Amino acid sequence: MDLKPGSRWASQVCDTEIVVVRAASAGVSLECGGQAMVPVGGDRAPGATPDPAFAAGSPIGKRFADPASGLEILVTKAGAGSLAIGGVAIPLKEAKPLPSSD
Amino acid sequence: MHLSSLLEIAADALGDRVAVSARGDGALTYADLLARAEAASRHVQHAGVGRLVAVDVNSEAVPIGLFAAALAGIPYVPVNYRLADAQLVAILTRAAPGLAVVEPSVPGRLGPGIDGLVLLSRDEFLQVDGPAAPSRGEGDAEDPAVLLFTSGTTGEPKAAVLRHRHLTSYVLETVEFLGAGPDEATLVCVPPYHIAGIAAVLTSVWAGRRLVYLPHFSAAEWVDLAVAEAVTHAMVVPTMLGRILEVLRERDEKLPALRHLSYGGGRMPIALVEEALGLLPHVGLVNAYGLTETSSTIAVLGPDDHRDAIASSDPDVRMRLGSVGRPLPNLEVEVRDPLGAALPPGTHGEIWVRGEQVSGEYLGRAATLSPDGWLATNDGGWLDAEGFLFVEGRLDDVIVRGGENLSPGEIEDVLLQHPAVADCAVVGVPDDQWGEAVAAVVVLADGAGADAGTLQGWVAERLRSTRSPQRIEFRAELPYSETGKLLRRVLKAELCAEPEASHQGPPSGS
Repeated sequence: MDLKPGSRWASQVCDTEIVVVRAASAGVSLECGGQAMVPVGGDRAPGATPDPAFAAGSPIGKRFADPASGLEILVTKAGAGSLAIGGVAIPLKEAKPLPSSD
Repeated sequence: MHLSSLLEIAADALGDRVAVSARGDGALTYADLLARAEAASRHVQHAGVGRLVAVDVNSEAVPIGLFAAALAGIPYVPVNYRLADAQLVAILTRAAPGLAVVEPSVPGRLGPGIDGLVLLSRDEFLQVDGPAAPSRGEGDAEDPAVLLFTSGTTGEPKAAVLRHRHLTSYVLETVEFLGAGPDEATLVCVPPYHIAGIAAVLTSVWAGRRLVYLPHFSAAEWVDLAVAEAVTHAMVVPTMLGRILEVLRERDEKLPALRHLSYGGGRMPIALVEEALGLLPHVGLVNAYGLTETSSTIAVLGPDDHRDAIASSDPDVRMRLGSVGRPLPNLEVEVRDPLGAALPPGTHGEIWVRGEQVSGEYLGRAATLSPDGWLATNDGGWLDAEGFLFVEGRLDDVIVRGGENLSPGEIEDVLLQHPAVADCAVVGVPDDQWGEAVAAVVVLADGAGADAGTLQGWVAERLRSTRSPQRIEFRAELPYSETGKLLRRVLKAELCAEPEASHQGPPSGS
């Protein structure tokens, strides 16, 4: 999967959608609810539900960053599945908001 | 990422929230804004134009136009309609071919018209639609998103190129997606051809903060609108803040809804910042420093920095009230010597910046970034030991007197501390003995009096005597651009042309 910055991906097993903020240094497989994510608007597996091991949920507006590959993603639509790369959960990235300046 | 994705994602998440308060025909929700931008983009695509130009005041047509251009895959080109006719024609000729949304006075000022430029009034533009066009897919982040012409007084107009990736990098790195509460509203009074006007659209949409537009700045209308719309956030340039504070004092208005007031786009007198802190104690002040070429802000002095500085008895901390704060975390900022070598804290030099939001690119010109991605800003400044950045103004404005480099800003700050001085500007004028001499143009406070000798003595006591203005002129006001930039070149030209009306002789010692 080509996780270009700005590309948008959807879960196959819940409502989660994400946008890629920072690309990974190498090819990785991005999953949600235990299933590979697909491009927003693309075909998804019918009737699938999140794997209970990856069902902690993806909250809207939160960032997740993979320290190993450098991949950083932002949740743009909340869903029941949680995000992982190759079966390993991606940690939440706490960002300190900057004061609005424009 | 692409600008169109910013709006599409926000509209998905917040379709029903109000995105833009429009006067007259009501407000636009995020879903409405996307629908209006899509309709305008269909028209633009059907017309086959290469650029969407806007020569107009602020209104909902600005966010609609900006996103319509992005959806159509063409650059948005906002232009200052108040330029002199010849300059407007020159810039529009470079902006063509395209479609231009124009203010009513514009068509009559373009002579026979501009080849390849189709003009539409704002009302016409707000009605346009076109046949459905084939989907463009995600949009290329490498494409130019916005072209901003500099209003330079000499030479060919120069257009900064900001690509989608520059602007969206700025938004993603500085703004929390949906970070604004449903009650938040931002008052935009900087014009659309100012980078802060463009950035305000993008950051507000991404945060979910309602945009409120003031078409022309007047302090009274700014205050009226801030009250009427319960504005929580606003950005002003230095000349605006002084006038706004005056109106607030006259009306004893406290703006209870206001939470954040950001200022930038020029040097802010410390006395004015202190006055704002005193008059609006519930408001967080934010000083932002940035350039068109850096997609807006690169350093920020936040509300806590302001409060810490004003409460401190340590002169080094207190001084930070005059700084632009710390660089954004995703950027690198260095102060360098004229050969490009990085300088240690406390040393004056040129400010350089590197990061994904930095474009440094001009239409039809060679790249200005160094091979490793650094932009030389042409601003002089220094960093303190804690990383606070102090900006001293354009390097072109530095006065070289007898081999010594003098910063106009430093001398202006001292003059402004004199109770009789309401405003002032310091420039270098040619001098047979010293190469350049320090000249000051002073606007006295209402009812105050001070002669040149008094002010020369005031500066000499606080700085070295070589920095005391050799010549002081008194004026009723100083020339500023519409975006609040002091027009030093205009003053300098006037001083060079005028006899020395208030010449008081050179300061003693040197």
